Amino acid sequence: MARSVTTRRKTVVTILAWTVAFLIFFPILWTVLTSFKSEGDAIASPPKFLFFDWTLENYVTVQERSDYFKHFWNSVVMSVGSTLAALVLAIPAAWSMAFVPGRRTKDLLMWMLSTKMMPAVGVLVPMYLIFRDTGLLDTRTGLVIVLTLINLPIVVWMLYTYFKEIPAEILEAARMDGASLRSEILYVLTPMAVPGIASTLLLNIILAWNEAFWTLNLTAAKAAPLTAFIASYSSPEGLFYAKLSAASTMAIAPILIMGWFSQKQLVRGLTFGAVK
Amino acid sequence: MATAHARGAARVMLSPAVVVLLLWMIVPLGMTIWFSFQRYGLLSGMPPEWTGLTNYRYFLTDPAFFTSIKNTLSLVGGVLAITVVGGILLALLLDQAFWGQGIVRVLVIAPFFVMPTVSALVWKNMFMNPVNGLFAYVAKLFGAPPFDFLAQAPMFSIIVIVAWQWLPFATLILLTALQSLDSEQLEAAEMDGAGWLSRFVHIMLPHLTRAITVVILIQTIFLLSTFAEILVTTNGGPGTATTNLTYLVYAQSLLQFDVGGGAAGGIVAVILANIVAIFLMRMIGKNLEA
Amino acid sequence: MGRITLERVAKRFAEVEVIPPLDLEIEDGEFVVFVGPSGCGKSTLLRLIAGLEDVSAGTIRIDGQDATGMPPAKRGLAMVFQSYALYPHMTVRKNIAFPLRMAGIAAEEQERKVTAAAEVLNLTAYLDRRPGQLSGGQRQRVAIGRAIVREPKAFLFDEPLSNLDAALRVGMRIEISQLHNRLKTTMVYVTHDQVEAMTMADKIVVLNAGRIEQVGSPLELYRAPRNRFVAGFIGSPRMNFIEGDEAARHGAAAIGIRPEHIAVSTAGGLWRGTVGVSEHLGSDTFFHVNGTGLAEAITVRAGGEVNLHHGDAVWLTPEADKIHRFDREGLRLA
Ligand SMILES: Nc1ncnc2c1ncn2[C@@H]1O[C@H](COP(=O)(O)OP(=O)(O)OP(=O)(O)O)[C@@H](O)[C@H]1O
Ligand SMILES: [Mg+2]
Repeated sequence: MARSVTTRRKTVVTILAWTVAFLIFFPILWTVLTSFKSEGDAIASPPKFLFFDWTLENYVTVQERSDYFKHFWNSVVMSVGSTLAALVLAIPAAWSMAFVPGRRTKDLLMWMLSTKMMPAVGVLVPMYLIFRDTGLLDTRTGLVIVLTLINLPIVVWMLYTYFKEIPAEILEAARMDGASLRSEILYVLTPMAVPGIASTLLLNIILAWNEAFWTLNLTAAKAAPLTAFIASYSSPEGLFYAKLSAASTMAIAPILIMGWFSQKQLVRGLTFGAVK
Repeated sequence: MATAHARGAARVMLSPAVVVLLLWMIVPLGMTIWFSFQRYGLLSGMPPEWTGLTNYRYFLTDPAFFTSIKNTLSLVGGVLAITVVGGILLALLLDQAFWGQGIVRVLVIAPFFVMPTVSALVWKNMFMNPVNGLFAYVAKLFGAPPFDFLAQAPMFSIIVIVAWQWLPFATLILLTALQSLDSEQLEAAEMDGAGWLSRFVHIMLPHLTRAITVVILIQTIFLLSTFAEILVTTNGGPGTATTNLTYLVYAQSLLQFDVGGGAAGGIVAVILANIVAIFLMRMIGKNLEA
Repeated sequence: MGRITLERVAKRFAEVEVIPPLDLEIEDGEFVVFVGPSGCGKSTLLRLIAGLEDVSAGTIRIDGQDATGMPPAKRGLAMVFQSYALYPHMTVRKNIAFPLRMAGIAAEEQERKVTAAAEVLNLTAYLDRRPGQLSGGQRQRVAIGRAIVREPKAFLFDEPLSNLDAALRVGMRIEISQLHNRLKTTMVYVTHDQVEAMTMADKIVVLNAGRIEQVGSPLELYRAPRNRFVAGFIGSPRMNFIEGDEAARHGAAAIGIRPEHIAVSTAGGLWRGTVGVSEHLGSDTFFHVNGTGLAEAITVRAGGEVNLHHGDAVWLTPEADKIHRFDREGLRLA
């Protein structure tokens, strides 16, 4: 773009863009602000934006009354665990498809994708029964297994598109240099693919963290991650906006930050490479 | 390329992922199909028994089924309309030069990272609540009576909540596509005397077609199984006003403990999703060859 | 030691036979160049030797031992790729040491060998850089360094110089030749540049559509090309081919005469024509002479100072004993 934009036009666009961005972001901002209010200030009319007595008591209360960190830890274990498990399965698979493509590689990739298209509710009943009968219901292990399975296709796909960009000659050079398959993947492919693997990791942690079908249906008090923990606020008694906001803020903050870091890779990952 | 040795290794390394997914695909789905032909109540204590197509007959003739189909379609259609149109407009705006692009981008993308249960609760309580919500306050400012969104316009309210979560996704993808448009093409058109509107219609929109299609297909897949937002805000009500297919199947199986009926509904949902999936897979498959 | 023998080696990709069965003997210590037009199967042949591809038929022996099914790592060969294929995440030092590390050699020994190789290749100052921070020529040297530390039985080069600019190419060409003189290790070198082939090779293998057209020393190929393909491929500018009556006078279906074996004169000679395009290189001048009635244009080489202009009438006279005769199949007539 060699053209210079007039300052006036740029000013107008700036105001417009910031206004829209503010409106879209407002519910999050409002939640964060409310989390620092007393319950009285939270429902005050007219609403108080910045001039209220800032307090941290909601955060303390949420932790004390409902053991927030237990659920937070469940979310961490479930999202990180399932993503790592998926990576362990997916790295070798993506290596195979990217560097030793066969006639059926493309069909295989499409088939993997098709498993992702299956609506969860289609297998809700059997999964519930299997979990009930194997004692996996309301366990973190059970959640890790399910989330690994539902995210595996995306992980394979993302890694595949990243691996495709690594020249095969470098891996062949490693082979000529006497590297075994294990060394080739461990010392050459993986370090070269670190950026791709990292963004895959990030995106899948985000997706797992926010997953809200299986986490709601397969957990109760013990293994409930934050999605389910927050849902328990849907029918509370009394004044609770500030506490709801505090719990919500803690639930979304880590992932919001990770999400901002991964936004560049997001498009590619979520569209399976169809838009880059 | 590659030697028999490498191909052998590739097969070995591919198999864990394939086997795991194959099991995930076959076992539960096979069970769902099996259950869908059984009379199987979780609480009745009676052993399951074969009933042929009875479950399907009941499920498909249940008035709630038609409502749920209608609700599913309005939810998917409403959210798609808002996010695609809004996404195009936003992408066009953000593609311009302005100050603070990085920050604006970060703000706009944020709702996508908010977990569905949080966004549903925040909207339900802090915005749409007829007593304490912000919207009620705004209405009062203008002298209008407070409006109980989730009671009086429940479907519309859920559409708004879900659309808020997906608008960033559409915007981000369309913006990425827009930025890959060769600016020389636009300049050439400008030299040819094309005005802003005709440049948009004849150059930008065709360039965006593919991205728009991808947005529609991917969102449809996800929107067909909207669940948490409904569970948290309305529980499918009032009545069945916000019961979509996913919620209906959930209610049938885990609230009414009718495994057979729920399974039949699940199979119906799988069939509907597959129709969309076929189109999506075609799009992505084409891209694989390029 | 590094003696490589190919016996009836063939390669098919799916249905396409890229290399029909061929035999080839590469002696220990020899510098062998595979040359041929793009797509003729040079890289494929090299990769078969390397073990990066399976043969479809035939046997590959290295030092007499059957290596046909051996994985590349076990063959004891080193390869330098056209794209260099350096490991971008490792420093130069780590790149060069990688094969030693894979072989499980002790750290001090690795360090000693890397230092020695770096000295030979003038890389000492760059050992702690990454490949991304090096010039094309330096990267090429790192790739060679990675190959020599292994002390392989043979080096395989796949168009190693084609990504370099002209001046660097000449320099690296000489360096590789010097390396060969010093190490006396077998080298197999693929190129489609016949100048590289002529200047570096002990033995040239001319390939065309996967077939070996001729094997011989550079001068053998220059003096006695076995067929029209080799005659046309070796030598620059290309040999002129003349068919018809003029060829028949020599008892052949076609005759060939190199531009440097034709004398040009304004006074008189055997064939008459007019000067078309002329290319003045300073040391040499090449004239494309039209209107001889023998071929569309005949290229001749004259000294640097000869000054003829477009449209000038000239006489051409071939050196009688430098005329190559070919039969209808394009094979050389004795
Ligand atoms: N993996 C493959 N699958 C199918 N055909 C292949 C494959 N690799 C090479 N070929 C074909 O084999 C033929 C020889 O290829 P090769 O790369 O050996 O040529 P080359 O002589 O090295 O050419 P260049 O000078 O362009 O590098 C070509 O026609 C090519 O299309
Ligand atoms: Mg080649």
